Amino acid sequence: MATDLAAALDVALQAALVVASGLTLFAGYRVIRGPTTPDRVVALDTIGTNVVAIAALYSMATAQGFFIDVSLVLAIIGFISTIAVARYVTEGDIIE
Amino acid sequence: MTEATAATAVGPIRAALVVALVTVGSLFLLVGTIGLLRLPNVYNRMHATTKATTLGAASVALAGFVYYGPGGDGLMSLVTVVFLFLTAPTGAHMISRAAQRMGIPFIEGASWPGETGSTPDEPADD
Repeated sequence: MATDLAAALDVALQAALVVASGLTLFAGYRVIRGPTTPDRVVALDTIGTNVVAIAALYSMATAQGFFIDVSLVLAIIGFISTIAVARYVTEGDIIE
Repeated sequence: MTEATAATAVGPIRAALVVALVTVGSLFLLVGTIGLLRLPNVYNRMHATTKATTLGAASVALAGFVYYGPGGDGLMSLVTVVFLFLTAPTGAHMISRAAQRMGIPFIEGASWPGETGSTPDEPADD
């Protein structure tokens, strides 16, 4: 029973890794083809979110805890870059 | 595939919880990316992807908290959940305000609520 659940956990983690990686690839379509700049920013933000999820999933799939730190730092960098681009578009500069 | 050594440290109940949370999280990520590709406008796309961030990625991070237990890496996962819940609405609000200031038009039939003359001429789906 426990080994069944362990095998199911492995399968679920690998499948979620495949799904998240494919979604990151598809979000690149919106980055390239997006008609406006905010479209591209939203798509890049989505890619950042997917990579946060990929880092957390990889941390669980390989039982290496420090990838959780990678996930948190990527989330922080994604938020800062989103704010920077939004300020650059509206105000013209980021730090006045 | 040789490095897939998960579930050596977690019991059956925690393994089942992690499986459920990871499944829910990847489903929300899937829905968010489909919305990003299929919806017609930047505001509608943001509507989809913000839910993918708050529910999908936060669910996966919560699975990390269940996997590692309280303290150490599990606590870091919990911090990630709180951070995503705080920053995803803020970032989406900033981008949508920037898009509106750039003059990107709303979809036909949509307008600000409460302004005079804000009622659209006909329903958007007619």
